[in-house]
Amino acid sequence: MSTETLVPFEEAITRYDPVMGLEIHIELNTATKMFCGCPTSFGAEPNTQVCPVCLALPGALPVVNAKAVESAIRMGLALNCQIAEHCRFARKNYFYPDMPKNFQTSQYDEPIAFDGYVDVEVADPDGSTETFRIEIERAHMEEDTGKATHVGGSTGRIHGADHSLVDYNRAGIPLIEIVTRTIEVPADKAPAVARAYVSHVRDLIGGLGVSDVRMDQGSLRADVNLSLKPKGSSTLGTRSETKNVNSFRSVERAVRYEISRHAGILDAGGTVVQETRHFQESDGTTLAGREKSDADDYRYFPEPDLAPVSPSREWVEELRGTLPEPPAQRRARLQAEWGFSDLDMRDTIGAGALDLVASTIAAGASPQAARKWWLGELARRANEQGIDLDALPIAPEQVAGIQSLIDAGRINDKLARQVFDGVLAGEGTPDEVVAARGLEVVSDDGALGEAVDRAIADDPDAAQKIRDGKHQAVGALIGSVMKQMRGQADAGRVRELILEKLS
Amino acid sequence: MARTDMDQTDLTRLSADQAARALAAGETSSVELTRALLDRIDAVDAEIHAFLHVDPEGALAAARASDERRAAGEATSYLAGVPIAVKDVFATIGQPTTCGSKILEGWMPPYDATAVAKLRAAGLPILGKTNMDEFAMGSSTEHSAYGPTRNPWDTTRVPGGSGGGSAAAVAAFEAPLALGTDTGGSIRQPGAVTGTVGVKPTYGGVSRYGLVAMASSLDQAGPVTRTVLDAALLHEVVAGHDPMDSTSIDAPVPAVVAAARRADVKGLKIGLVRELQGEGFQAGVLARFDEAVHLLADAGAEVVEISCPSFVHAIAAYYLVMPSEASSNLARFDAMRYGLRVAPEGVADPSAEQVMAASRDAGFGDEVKRRIILGTYALSSGYYDAYYGSAQKVRTLIARDFAAAFEQVDLLVSPTSPVTAWPLGDKLDDPMAMYLQDVATIPANLAGAPGLSLPVGLADEDGMPVGLQFLAPATADDRLYNAGAALERLLEEKWGAPLLAQAPTLEGGAR
Repeated sequence: MSTETLVPFEEAITRYDPVMGLEIHIELNTATKMFCGCPTSFGAEPNTQVCPVCLALPGALPVVNAKAVESAIRMGLALNCQIAEHCRFARKNYFYPDMPKNFQTSQYDEPIAFDGYVDVEVADPDGSTETFRIEIERAHMEEDTGKATHVGGSTGRIHGADHSLVDYNRAGIPLIEIVTRTIEVPADKAPAVARAYVSHVRDLIGGLGVSDVRMDQGSLRADVNLSLKPKGSSTLGTRSETKNVNSFRSVERAVRYEISRHAGILDAGGTVVQETRHFQESDGTTLAGREKSDADDYRYFPEPDLAPVSPSREWVEELRGTLPEPPAQRRARLQAEWGFSDLDMRDTIGAGALDLVASTIAAGASPQAARKWWLGELARRANEQGIDLDALPIAPEQVAGIQSLIDAGRINDKLARQVFDGVLAGEGTPDEVVAARGLEVVSDDGALGEAVDRAIADDPDAAQKIRDGKHQAVGALIGSVMKQMRGQADAGRVRELILEKLS
Repeated sequence: MARTDMDQTDLTRLSADQAARALAAGETSSVELTRALLDRIDAVDAEIHAFLHVDPEGALAAARASDERRAAGEATSYLAGVPIAVKDVFATIGQPTTCGSKILEGWMPPYDATAVAKLRAAGLPILGKTNMDEFAMGSSTEHSAYGPTRNPWDTTRVPGGSGGGSAAAVAAFEAPLALGTDTGGSIRQPGAVTGTVGVKPTYGGVSRYGLVAMASSLDQAGPVTRTVLDAALLHEVVAGHDPMDSTSIDAPVPAVVAAARRADVKGLKIGLVRELQGEGFQAGVLARFDEAVHLLADAGAEVVEISCPSFVHAIAAYYLVMPSEASSNLARFDAMRYGLRVAPEGVADPSAEQVMAASRDAGFGDEVKRRIILGTYALSSGYYDAYYGSAQKVRTLIARDFAAAFEQVDLLVSPTSPVTAWPLGDKLDDPMAMYLQDVATIPANLAGAPGLSLPVGLADEDGMPVGLQFLAPATADDRLYNAGAALERLLEEKWGAPLLAQAPTLEGGAR
């Protein structure tokens, strides 16, 4: 737990303005690693996807993955960046056991993409939206490190651990790092802008098909750099760099927390330490990690084992032609196709559900049904668990499947909620859950007939009203049947049977 | 089994070309040839210490396989069955690869360097791994963690470095061929001081995959032999594009064997590099060099003097670029995944960083540490532009000197080494004196140009071999072989025999 003195966010922003910088690392979904032919699939047995190159055995040499370069260029174009005519890799030298070569092959002064921007929308409480332009300084190619697991000790971090295990399967997986220029927006908007930016980039990159962009699996990782300056001042403060921010919601929370924390230090006349901090999902705080300083010297120099990358202008233009439609245009098109109101659309985007809804519709559900489930039932469950919608263990195709069971009259809305329970609990496909849990509505006349007869016998007043032509009384009898059948009755058929029997 | 027409001594003295022809004619077998060389290693290597590891079983198995293929009438490469020694800087399956360092003692690579794989594919039995200065850092092979190699001409003297083991093995008739590497002269300078032939091909001519890197932008593998033709034959086996090495040249290998067979300098324009003679060069070296140049002129070459003014800055630039790259290349030796691991003394529960530091301290020798420190310093923020950045600019100037020179001449020529082999221990405490030995060889590495050194006689003052180097434009390696073979023929006509015929026989200590 944190022992920091915090200033409440609303108070902090009356005296300070935040200056943010966001770094997003995106793991590409290329079949092979950045500099060797090893597979990149997630979740394999430790150290089974390795070779002399990604283990940095003596004598091994890197070769650039052309597909990764293509992905980087498409990403750069989608971020409205310039694409370098000539760029080089560089070595970033530092020692760490999860980094086989003890240098990371990255890009330094010559990134593949630079000088871009994205426009992100943030909703105001009054329902209007405001657009902010986030400037992209650069997007560059690099390789991931291995993954260290620290065993023993209480924190799961290296200090206090008994021993550490290193899995090099991840070492050498292609990464693109996207770095913004400093972001200065009205203080009260900063957390939402940060979240909207990460969400926007996720949608943008997801649309390119070059990455799984899963924050929960680490294929999209966001670092939040933040410093405060007193209102009216132009002197930049000392920044902290918050890592381990694993959801959109956490991006927002991390910004809020760091503003509160920095303000607490500054109010007390203290100095902010330039350091890496780790976001704590459990309580929304950040904990100090490695101290960083300007004395950190990575001794960058051009990677002599790799030839420069010089993408031809023809190739770049060819790749530009493969970009999907820009998000704003796509949103407008989808809104029209789906017949959503502005409010519907904003809620859908704000919930991070646009792609999920689109995929659900593509799988056969109606737009209204897709929106209803994702923004209602499923959003509620994600909120309860404190995770993003797309981290729920349910696929859009399964949501569409449940809706089609409703449309076919095999289940109703109430039963559907139990089907969601089952699918989320990993009990199988919607059909399998319905079968295993015995959730199917009963439309068999024999069983329904008996229940209808009992309902009529139990409530002779209502029965008489119906016989007298007062059909609104049918509801009471249907309710009674439903109660007997524990909700699993086909309401339409029940109504027909009651009317048949009492006419 | 083929009929034996020659005794074992004859077999060890065959050039690779002669051996290949004897094999093709059925006059000997690869097994006989390999056995003869293994026997020779047994007899003399205790004195020379050219090898760090000898692999009789592997070599004989490869020899048998080669003999069987030949007996079955299968197509074989020209050098199939001719044994070779490999510098211990190349990864070899089945044999340790130490780079002359304690930090890699006993490391068995799980893969073959591309050049080694090509040797195997061509059917050359690998006799063993040859000694070298630790991580190829040195000019005398005294920086090997496993003890120095001795010069077969005089075992109180160094064989040059870093590839002293390869050169000595070839000079002592322990192998007709060796595979070396040249970052600042490590093939050519040992060649010069042991009376053998050494070639540094154009940068990118031979794959570096599996060659443990010292300085990536300078390292280049190449042949170490007793004749120019043998070097060309080996060059053709190991050269060529490798998709595993992004810096390897994607173009056909120059026709080096044809060039070596042509051996005709008539009409060639040869430039004498003004900056690579005179002060600092031993009198006996200059005397043999001048005679060789006159032979070339007499044979019809046009010899002119050429100035390459930036060459005087080559050593300074080299000792910034090389250590910078080496400091980074050697970072992987961290005791985490392979090699030596040492627990720090007096630390109860050492961290990974402490183990790394203790292992690197125990595993690296002084010269390696010196270069890691130099390189780390040169790359540091605030110093990068002044050191690494300036050195890269000097490289550009040197490349321009080469380009300007090759507009006027076909080849450049200079003594390979300013001095002959010196007594063991003489320069060990004076790194600067050691570094200056590479003054003539370094420019080619900085510019990526190819160079060939061949013996041109013995210095009057000490009776030790003197080498001459030809330098050619990048990718024109064939010019080296043409001129080298021509000069070799002219010299042997003059001497009546190869220079190495004058070397001590070693066995029994008789000279």
